Amino acid sequence: MFIYEKKLEFPVKIKQTNPALAKLILTQFGGPDGELAASLRYFSQKFSMITPQATAVLNDIATEELAHLEMIGAMCLQLSEDADPEQIKKSGFDTYYVDHGTGIYPSSAAGVPFTAAYIQSKGDPITDLSVYTGGHC
Amino acid sequence: MKKDSILRQLTVLDFAAVDLQLYLDTHPEDAEALEQYNNVVMQADGLRAQYEEEYGPLFSFRSLGGKEYRWIDEPWPWENKFNFKMCKED
Repeated sequence: MFIYEKKLEFPVKIKQTNPALAKLILTQFGGPDGELAASLRYFSQKFSMITPQATAVLNDIATEELAHLEMIGAMCLQLSEDADPEQIKKSGFDTYYVDHGTGIYPSSAAGVPFTAAYIQSKGDPITDLSVYTGGHC
Repeated sequence: MKKDSILRQLTVLDFAAVDLQLYLDTHPEDAEALEQYNNVVMQADGLRAQYEEEYGPLFSFRSLGGKEYRWIDEPWPWENKFNFKMCKED
């Protein structure tokens, strides 16, 4: 099960509004190699592991990825929440803004909504673990 | 600010705890690492008790509620004003 702890894994204190950067970083939230995909990938694959070490690692990393997800969300929020209309338009954040405002929506930088197609879970530990040779780290 | 100072120390200890636990997952026989892990967790537990005493619960449905229900107190962790610089100097 899960318990929420009311602090970030590492503090996020953004000094400057930068909606263009928020749009790029958002892909680490809900993009193909983002934290949500990583967490779901580890979480789903933990059920197929055949050694206690591998089970524990996937279980614990799945949990940590959720902490990363929260930090990335905090970064996107703080980078975009105070943007004025001109900044929004000039930065290219406008294409995101028309659909989501400054809400945090799990999608890639190009605007593709999060999909479970980003993860694989095949019931075979070697096949499952091979995905970590690329992508999220 | 005292709150920031406690959170800063907690962040350091928790970061070590997470990494030591991941290491121990694949090296469960490493007694030295286990001792380090226990040491870090004990220190963090002390700081958590101190934090909760003064600033309210850290955990959903695991922390005591105290006399007032403070779980919903703002700011939330993703807000700029909750956070702090890891290095004291700016």
